[in-house]
Parts: sequence; structure tokens; C-alpha cells
Amino acid sequence: MPGKMNVMVGEKSPGMIAGRIIVYTLSILAAVYFLIPFFVMVMTSVKTLEDIKSGNLISWPREFTLDAWIKAWDSACTGINCEGVKGYFFNSILMVVPSVAISTIIGAVNGYVFSKWRFKGSEVLFTFLLLGCFIPFQIILLPMSGMLGWLKISQTIFGLALVHIIYGLSFTSLFFRNYYVAIPDEIIKAAKIDGAGFFRIFWKCILPVSAPIFMVVIIWQTTQIWNDFLFGVAFSGSESQPVTVALNNIVNTTTGVKEYNVDMAAALIAGLPTLLVYIISGKYFLRGLTAGAVKG
Amino acid sequence: MASLTITDIRKKFGSQEVLKGISLSINASEFVVLVGPSGCGKSTLLNLIAGLETINSGEIKIGDDVVNDVQPKDRNIAMVFQSYALYPNMNVEKNLSFGLETRKVPRDEIKKTVDHVANMLQISELLKRKPAELSGGQRQRVAMGRALARDPAIFLFDEPLSNLDAKLRVDMRTEIKMLHQRIKTTIVYVTHDQIEAMTLADRIAIMKDGVIQQFDTPQQVYDNPSNLFVAGFIGSPSMNFIPCTVIKQNEDTGVIFKTGEETSFFIPIKRTDLSLTEWIDKDVIIGVRPEQIASGFHLQEGNKQIHEIMCTVQVLEPTGPDTLVFVNINDTKVTCRVNPLDAKQPGENMKLMVDISKVLVFDPDTKMRIGNVA
Repeated sequence: MPGKMNVMVGEKSPGMIAGRIIVYTLSILAAVYFLIPFFVMVMTSVKTLEDIKSGNLISWPREFTLDAWIKAWDSACTGINCEGVKGYFFNSILMVVPSVAISTIIGAVNGYVFSKWRFKGSEVLFTFLLLGCFIPFQIILLPMSGMLGWLKISQTIFGLALVHIIYGLSFTSLFFRNYYVAIPDEIIKAAKIDGAGFFRIFWKCILPVSAPIFMVVIIWQTTQIWNDFLFGVAFSGSESQPVTVALNNIVNTTTGVKEYNVDMAAALIAGLPTLLVYIISGKYFLRGLTAGAVKG
Repeated sequence: MASLTITDIRKKFGSQEVLKGISLSINASEFVVLVGPSGCGKSTLLNLIAGLETINSGEIKIGDDVVNDVQPKDRNIAMVFQSYALYPNMNVEKNLSFGLETRKVPRDEIKKTVDHVANMLQISELLKRKPAELSGGQRQRVAMGRALARDPAIFLFDEPLSNLDAKLRVDMRTEIKMLHQRIKTTIVYVTHDQIEAMTLADRIAIMKDGVIQQFDTPQQVYDNPSNLFVAGFIGSPSMNFIPCTVIKQNEDTGVIFKTGEETSFFIPIKRTDLSLTEWIDKDVIIGVRPEQIASGFHLQEGNKQIHEIMCTVQVLEPTGPDTLVFVNINDTKVTCRVNPLDAKQPGENMKLMVDISKVLVFDPDTKMRIGNVA
């Protein structure tokens, strides 16, 4: 019997092997299914226009060229303006960086208050804040544009960033609050007895353990705000359009020939930052989402 | 060190009153344990003393100062928590010094204090480690060190040993007691474990439902509990409560112990400190500790307080030094503590001796002890 036991250890039963094969096959199929459109985009963007017209959608480019990328960046026409997406790309950066930073910081303080400094009515307030997560974009378009006009910041990047900050607060507050709930209240009590106040506790005891949730919130907000189209198209002026709106204009501006390669290159440029954020910090994202689920 | 005087404090959470008028007077350098089942309000009381919650009415005095409206940081107290509540991002040294830094104590003084405390608790080698790298016992020491570093007037301990395994808990218990004998700071210590309360306390306050049931020395609450709750809560295994009717037989007042269909014994209760003449023909509850029903007592010959009964053994529980024998008296399960050599097997009859010299009698309606003589 002991001999037989030894054989069993280390060798997998046929059932387990079959299971593995099924799991891997399905995973690979799913990955291919999702990667094909991306692959077609990349291929199309480095082909010449003749190549696209004559060739197959998923065929290898006969001649590799970055002309479409250069044109998309520098000289593609959005309406009457033919300067590519570069200006709008920087608009997006100017909009995303401050709105992500501000909504994240305020969200962290909100989460800290809602989890560790509850006051009379704070639960009700938090519930109202949560409702913000469920308000569809379309509903606030009109009142928000009225408010931006009243504040005299309509059609500016600043105004657009402000909209994103306000809209993001519900989500960032929720994320931080749920993360901070897992930090034992006794740590706050101990710090209070040690003489620390609201901000010293936040700064010395809470922020240093918040890295994972900061990653989650920053990734979440960056993707949301960078990818937004509706607020961008509704609240921006011709000079303050984000890159998503510019991309739409490039694709819809027809001057005779439809330049699929330029469209694809512009789309890739517009999508690249969020893609990079995921590649660089995706593992923190997963870690942060599950952190707090297990104690320790 | 300072005294602590609590006068008629009340605390409500919503509509529920969790502390219903608590008064305690704790002397300087006294070790007081608050003990009770969960939900009795003992931790709330500790939080009120610390200032982490505000009282609805009453008065808390530390030394001669009323601290009702004083912030926790200005009450000159330190607290040790059940979960230790160490700052996870700081190493041991920073954990010890955080409170001092917050209070802007000069740097060289901080270093001196941290070194002194670390030495005292034997955690000097751990100063650079993070809490996650420490064992449970080490974390416990750091948590105490953090409190010690502050050199407060009063220490508050909130179930500090509950998260340790059984053996370590006993070791740390002794260390806490030794620490107290050394530093002589007033300690208020909350626990649900009555053995911890008995072993550590100068005085024990037993709480139930937001009311203090008794506040006295460990020996007093063990020997002379004021009511059924205290009697049952203190002592392990618990005191036996046997329902009886007081009767008069010949010239003696006493109770009947019925141990089987055919067997019952009259136990005369005749003591200078306890008279049951007013209770004849009324129901009472007799409280007998397991060690008061044994297979035999030292010098039992001729002792009028010791009575023999015959019982059928139901279950045996050997503990090593003694064996616990479970029998039925008046249809109640009764635990007896007997010499392992004398213990009979389940189903067999066994001769047991009942020592009534310390037996307690309770009123079944008021649950209070009858004949409150010290």
C-alpha cells in the first residue's frame, strides 16, 4: 500500500489532466477572440491604403509603414482643422491628470470620514453619495451645462475636469470607504489616545497602508475619464476637445477617400494610455480589489 | 498613578441603555478587573473612562480632576487593545515612540524611554521589525510597551490576552501581574474570563446588563457572592445550584437531597452565620461548589458540618489532580470534585461527603443570597 501511495503522489489522474486541457483551451479561445479586433486594428494601421483595398482584413501588411500613425498624430483632419490628434491628446492629459488627482484625494478623505469618523447622519449622507454611482450621464447633461455657464467655465478644459471630479467622487469615496472599513477601528482609537488628531492619523496611520486602493482608484478614474466621450462632446469647445471626441471627428470627416489606416492609428493612439496603465499596474489593480477580503 | 472615581454614569446607544448607573471607586495603584459576559457593558465602560465615547450622565474623576469633557489624549491614560492595534506601517520602535512624538517630547528623551521600555519588556531585538513580522506574544508585548512608554496615570486593558493561545495567555497573565507589582500604576482591566479576573485583580467588579453586581476582592466574590449570577459566573467548574424546600425535621432545619427513586438524605443546615427558620416550607436554591462535595475531607471525623450521601455516578471527567463526577440531586445535574482514586464508574453508586460549612442559600425569586453575613 505505501508503494502505491507514493505512485499516486506527483502524478495527476486522467480526469485532472482532461480538466486542465479544457481550462487552457477555453482560456486561449477567449484570449484569441478578444485579441482579433486589436490585431486587425494594429495590422490595418501599418498598411498602405492600396494594401487595405486589395488585401484581406487579417492579412499581413505587404509593405510596413508608419505613415498613417504620423498622419493621425500630426495632420489628420477633424472637421476643417487638419492638425491631427496631438492637440486633443494633450487636452485629454490636461483634463485627466488634475481630475484624477483631485477626485482621488477627496475620495480618500471622504472614505476615511465615512469609515472612521462617523457622525450623526453620515450613513444617510453616504447613501446619497452612493446614488451618484447610479445616475446616468445623460440626466445631468442639461443642468451641468447650465451650471458651467453660470460659473463661466463652459467649453473649457477646466470645466470638463470639474464635471469629471464631481462625477467621480461617488465612486472614489465608495472605493476608499470600503477599503478603510477593513482597517480595525482600534488603531484609530489607539492613535487618538496617543494624542493624534484627524489629519495626523490620516497622514501617519491610514495613508501609508493605502497604496493598493490608490492604485485601484487611479486606474479606475484614469480609464473612466480618458475614455469618456459624452461629457467630452457635450461640454468641450472646439479648442478643448478631448482625444475621444477628436477621434470621432476624424473618423466622420470624409474628404473623398476613407483612410481606414489613419482611423485605426488614431484610435490606437487614443486608446494607448489606458492600455499602458493596465499593463503597468494591472497586478496592483487585482491585488487592490481583493485586498481587505482576507484579513492580515 | 492616580485614583479613579466613577459616579452614577449612564450610557445609551440609541434607545438602549447599556450602562445603568455605574459607580466605582478605584484607589491609586489598585488593579481592578471588570468582568462579565459579552454585552454586559464592560468594554463600553472602559471606552468611557478612556474618553473614546461620551457619557450621557454621571461623572468620571481621574485623581481630583473631573474628566467628563476632556479629550482622550489629555486624560493621561494609556490603553492596550484586544487586537493590539499596532500601527502596521511602523516598526516596533516607531510604534513605541508615536505617542511621544505626537506630544513633541524631545528626541533624546524619546530614545531613552523607548530603550527603557524595550528592555523592561525584552523586546530590544525587535525594535526594527514591523508588527506583521512578530508573533502574537511579541505583538502583545509591543502593545503593552506602547502604553508603558507614555507613563500614564491609569492603564486601561481591553481583553488584552484573548487573542493568545492558552499557554501563552497564562504566561502573559503572570507577566502583567509582575509588571503591575513593579510599576504600581492604577490598572483597569476588562476580561470575560473569570480565571483571569481572579488571578490578576486586587478587586473584581462583576457586571451584567449594564449594572455592577458586586465589587470586592477575589476571595470575597468567590466565598460570598451577593447573588446567583455572581455565584455562577465566578469559579470553574461552576457552582451547583440545587433547588430545595426548607423543612424542619426533629429540632433541625435543613433540606432534602434526593439522589434517586428510593434514596434521599436530610441535610441539616445549622450554622452560626446562617439561619433558615424563616424559610421553613419555602423554596430556596442551595449553592454548593464542586469542591464542597467530595469523596472525603481532611479531619472529617466528628465534624458536624459534613454529611454523607449516596449517589449514582452519571459521567466522569478526569482533570488530572481531581476527577469531576456528575450525579443527580433533586433532578439537577451536580458536579463533584473527588479524588481520582475514589471515583466510581458511571452507573455505580458512590458515597459522597457534603461540606455545608460554606454552602450558600439563595432566594429563587429575587436571586439574592439569603443571610448576608460576611
